[in-house]
Amino acid sequence: MKFRQTWTAIRALVIISCVLGIGYPAVVLGIGQAALPAQANGSLLEVDGKVVGSSLIGQSFTDADGAALPEWFQSRPSAAGAGYDAAASSGSNYGPENEDLITAIEDRRAAIEALDGTSDIPADALTASGSGLDPHISPEFALLQVPRVAEARGLSEQGVRDLVESMIQGRDLGYLGEPTVNVLRLNIALAEMDK
Amino acid sequence: MGWLFVAQLATILIVLVLLFRPLGDYMAAVYTSKKDLRVERVFYRLIGVNPAAEQSWPAYLRSILAFSAVGILLVYALQRVQQVLPYSLGLPPTSEHLAFDTAISFVTNTNWQSYSPDVTLGYTVQLVGLAVQNFVSAAVGIAVAVALIRGLTYRLSGTIGNFWVDLTRGTLRILLPLSVLAAIVLLAGGVIQNVNGFQDVTTITGGSAVVPGGPVASQEAIKLLGTNGGGFFNANSAHPFENPTPWTSLVEVLLMLLIPFALPRTFGRMVGDNRQGYAIAATMGVLFTVSVSLMTWAELAGAGTAPQLAGAAMEGKEDRFGILGSTIFGTTSTITSTGAVNSMHDSFTSLGGGMALVNMMLGEVAPGGVGAGLYGILVVAIIAVFLAGLMVGRTPEYLGKKIGAREIKLASLYILTTPTLVLVGTALSFAIPAVREDVTGTSIWNPGLHGFGEVLYAFTSAANNNGSAFAGLTANTPWFNTALGVAMMLGRFLPIVFVLALAGSFAAQDRIPATAGTLPTHRPQFVGLLLGTIVIVSALTYFPVLALGPLAEGLQ
Repeated sequence: MKFRQTWTAIRALVIISCVLGIGYPAVVLGIGQAALPAQANGSLLEVDGKVVGSSLIGQSFTDADGAALPEWFQSRPSAAGAGYDAAASSGSNYGPENEDLITAIEDRRAAIEALDGTSDIPADALTASGSGLDPHISPEFALLQVPRVAEARGLSEQGVRDLVESMIQGRDLGYLGEPTVNVLRLNIALAEMDK
Repeated sequence: MGWLFVAQLATILIVLVLLFRPLGDYMAAVYTSKKDLRVERVFYRLIGVNPAAEQSWPAYLRSILAFSAVGILLVYALQRVQQVLPYSLGLPPTSEHLAFDTAISFVTNTNWQSYSPDVTLGYTVQLVGLAVQNFVSAAVGIAVAVALIRGLTYRLSGTIGNFWVDLTRGTLRILLPLSVLAAIVLLAGGVIQNVNGFQDVTTITGGSAVVPGGPVASQEAIKLLGTNGGGFFNANSAHPFENPTPWTSLVEVLLMLLIPFALPRTFGRMVGDNRQGYAIAATMGVLFTVSVSLMTWAELAGAGTAPQLAGAAMEGKEDRFGILGSTIFGTTSTITSTGAVNSMHDSFTSLGGGMALVNMMLGEVAPGGVGAGLYGILVVAIIAVFLAGLMVGRTPEYLGKKIGAREIKLASLYILTTPTLVLVGTALSFAIPAVREDVTGTSIWNPGLHGFGEVLYAFTSAANNNGSAFAGLTANTPWFNTALGVAMMLGRFLPIVFVLALAGSFAAQDRIPATAGTLPTHRPQFVGLLLGTIVIVSALTYFPVLALGPLAEGLQ
């Protein structure tokens, strides 16, 4: 009796595994690749025909030592690997009283003050995101970087400011989420403007 | 912020109310229909089951246990040989204790992940091992709930339904079609579905970056719809490829709530009194609304040294979701036993993270996991009826079934199971000297009270089959993989034993007509009683341990 149930269970699991484990994802794969290939393949962005990343996966705009490149808009701090490592998505998981986090926030504040000469810094610029791959920054964080970026590139501050403002995405449907600026898209547009 | 929160909460509640009747009635029809689809008949023949033959409760239980045991063995085996499986991205087999933990985790609908999936599991294990269990563990949950409902409706019956039929119908007629639909919606929002592996790109600064690939949309849909929660990526639904936009985040929230909130309608429909279903759904709705408001308030207030220093509690939160999108998702996920996250709960404020804990400690009944939430709240309803009977001298009966000594013993055992696992597991982690050394030295990430909270959170999550984590905890150690694996297994299957035994005992009874002495169980008064019972039982059980963790931290 017990063995009969087990034998039934084995047969059931084998059949179900084929249908749900192979058939179902294959159908969704087919639909995705046929009807929504851009999204299904990662919303990739190209410059001059070459893929430079995904509009959904944040990147760092730093030199090899991790120091901010002043001519690019900077992303948020990241806890994914050494920063924006898309093979190691992760938050910092620091608790609200963690000394390491408190020190990190103080260091980041000092670094932005030194780089951008302002002490009015939004929270997202001082904190790491949940995924470590946040592709966005807040409009406030983008706008505070405008004078530095414009100066580093010898562009007019107003021109860069207009560019940032044109790239602010509002809330979905006017009430979901928060207004954001996509950093990679912004930097691509910036390079285009600076050509 | 106020109106945005109200508007988002209202959207969720309106969608759930609109779908309550059609989905609930559809599910009732699925589980009461006498007709089998052609493909189902073929399946029953292949597995050697007579769909017309109902099972006694012990037989129904044996089928569940056999099916789950085979599932655990398969998921274990797949992980241990993944180096030879196709699409494994060159990854080695997982360790024995991790494979044990992960196999139990997915078969029990918990989806606790001690590992970082980005770099641990290849596509074949994710699809054939994990995604399949995402479907069938959810179908098992609904099956048990339906079996309990049948017990309440049957009279003088020795059977409570056929597990194989319930499993098949739940998977094929409910979960699969909804998952395909949900996957397409998520794809449109930007969730990926490919088999590209990691793609190397040169960035515009001349640096290098990778873009991950994977069959994510298909996995994501059932991860949420089945209240499973196991992410394709380590960052779970915070990862932009799992949850790219604010509106996909709302869709994911709705997917988690959809079936658990509609099942009370199925219940009302099947017992022939829709008002009974409304009372259960209202109880769930009140708890959910209060809970999400409290967590949102705590996170917006942003108490604590680090949030105050940064200006807002944005550590571990994505810019596109903001604080509201994070707390609505976080509450939904912890109160539906899903365990997915779109922000890192370990970095929440003390009280916000404490609310995530409380949501799980409520016993996952508001609305809880698919099926498990309904059978959980029905067990509490039995306790509530009994308590009311003691207080005012009413006859303890529920829906025409007597609540006798046997029923109360089973309900009490059910209620005691998870708190015992949570408290004993947490206590042992600090009481066994060698384990304590490992736990405090290796596993705990945040020092002090918050670290205690991480361990408490892990056992609460495992025993309640949630799967959410204070993810700073390094749980991929022999102690946690083993202890949490045991907690997940007992936390899933012991309650199922008690519920099916209850179903069997109700089914065997005749239905007694309601009298003037019968407590009505569809009025607001009963909703209040049920709410009180849920809150008091959880509060009495967990207050001391909460006081040691998040409460103490929040009051510092």
